Amino acid sequence: MPFPVFFIFTLRIILVSHILWALPWEYPNARAEGERLIITGSSTMAPLVSEIGKRFETLHPGIRVDVQTGGSSRGIADIVNGLADIGMASRALKSQEQHLSGSVIAHDGITIILHTSNPVQELADDQIRSIYTGSITNWSHVGGPDAAITVVNKAEGRSTLELFLDYFHLSNRDVHAHVVIGDNEQGIKTVAGNPNAIGYVSIGTAQYDATHGIGIRLLSLQHIPATIETVREGRFPLSRPLTLVTKSPPAGLIKTFIVFAQSPQVHDLILKQYFVPLQE
Amino acid sequence: MISFSSNTLSRSRSDFLLSESVRLLALTAGGLLLLVVAFLFHESWPALQGIGLSRFFSDPDWYPTDNSYRLTSMVWGTLLATTGAVLFATPLGILSALFCHFYAPPLLSRWYRRMVELLAGIPSVVFGFWGLMVLVPLIGRWHPPGPSLMAGVLILTLMIMPTIMLVSHASIAHVPIAYIHTTSALGFSRWSMIWHVILPTTKMGLFTGILLGLARALGETMAVLMVCGNVVQTPSHLFDPVRTLTANIALEMAYALGDHRAALFMSGLFLMGLVVLVVSTAESLRHQNTYVSAK
Repeated sequence: MPFPVFFIFTLRIILVSHILWALPWEYPNARAEGERLIITGSSTMAPLVSEIGKRFETLHPGIRVDVQTGGSSRGIADIVNGLADIGMASRALKSQEQHLSGSVIAHDGITIILHTSNPVQELADDQIRSIYTGSITNWSHVGGPDAAITVVNKAEGRSTLELFLDYFHLSNRDVHAHVVIGDNEQGIKTVAGNPNAIGYVSIGTAQYDATHGIGIRLLSLQHIPATIETVREGRFPLSRPLTLVTKSPPAGLIKTFIVFAQSPQVHDLILKQYFVPLQE
Repeated sequence: MISFSSNTLSRSRSDFLLSESVRLLALTAGGLLLLVVAFLFHESWPALQGIGLSRFFSDPDWYPTDNSYRLTSMVWGTLLATTGAVLFATPLGILSALFCHFYAPPLLSRWYRRMVELLAGIPSVVFGFWGLMVLVPLIGRWHPPGPSLMAGVLILTLMIMPTIMLVSHASIAHVPIAYIHTTSALGFSRWSMIWHVILPTTKMGLFTGILLGLARALGETMAVLMVCGNVVQTPSHLFDPVRTLTANIALEMAYALGDHRAALFMSGLFLMGLVVLVVSTAESLRHQNTYVSAK
């Protein structure tokens, strides 16, 4: 290959690789260094809080919100050790954590759903547990028709699954599912299309769909009706508050962020993650 | 070695520019594919390092948040659903192409083709939704619970049948008219003309159609996710729910972190490997066939 040809060829390769590298890759570290808010904790809250953080960043240029996950306990530990400014805990503060300051930004609630034609009106907690572990496999055992139960479970990594398993003291390996679903809407469609199915989804979506003619029914739990209101009041058993935790009562930038996260300005982000915002 | 400057004979400047820019675009297209593969490797590297390739086969099951990463049953899910769909859709597609060409009256043939073209244009999420609302309850009445390998195979069949039919149709249309005239003059019946002349001459085209359908079925995500049930298990019969590699990624990626995320990229890599395997097998089969028919 003569030298000029080789040269042009090399040049072309360099050019192409530059075009490809110039495609919009995101370098999170390349942003301007300014004031930083470090938030760590619950993986349930992380997607929501990082969305809120992005919106906060656009409103306050020069401030960087850094969201890391690792579970609610890490969130608490990090603020106690001063490694983070704000901790995320997808539960209420425990009694030995009362010296910390917690601000609820939203509630997470899930409901058991059945097909509208299913005559079963209420299930006790241990009946639901038996259905999900496969020791009750027919609706006739719990006062329904003689039909095999179709158990609908959630895919791994979803906070709904985590809250459900936590409440019923189950591990995902114990669950004998017939259908595994991804998002809430798919779960609702699956149950609406199968008279013998039982599933669980976020309460917000379920209530909206049930009142808009989709064939599902929300089951009460421990005689408390599954509604957005009971979740908001913290009365519904299968729910939890999403809490931002700080070491001392929030002040300055941290306070601005928490107030922002509780304000109606982020309600759309909260609803998009199927959580229940604080106010109507 | 091919010299890069001498394959354009014209010395005019605009020709030089054209050939250079076309080469540039071609390199970009090729480069993008390499980048995708490189990206997959880069993202699944933590899994290869931390978990190790063998554990994707030897772990007892798939509970990624519990450090168990077996992908084998999902590989089976993908393979079975795809194979089933191709087995159903191939005869359907080729026979309807033949019907359109040789049996249907012209008006019917035209309308039939329009309908199939329309079918090819329906987005997969619509197929999935229809499957979830209509097909799955139907199968559920017959063989509860309903979401199953069977539902996946049927939906995929519907989705790839138009591809196979349209490509076959196009390649049958390219058979030289002289062949058809000659066989008619020799007194062939319609079916023996199809069997002895049309099918052998269009073999490559039909094969391409099947390959395109196969690739679509392998990569299909939404529709399969909605009707297959997504339970991670190697199915023992047609009415068991299965999870495919694509559904696995779509189901769990949104909330996956750390090793779980890397393991999902690993399933993308597995899928890529499957596609490469299937396409290269098909290509080598095609070369053998060309060789045989050229003799």
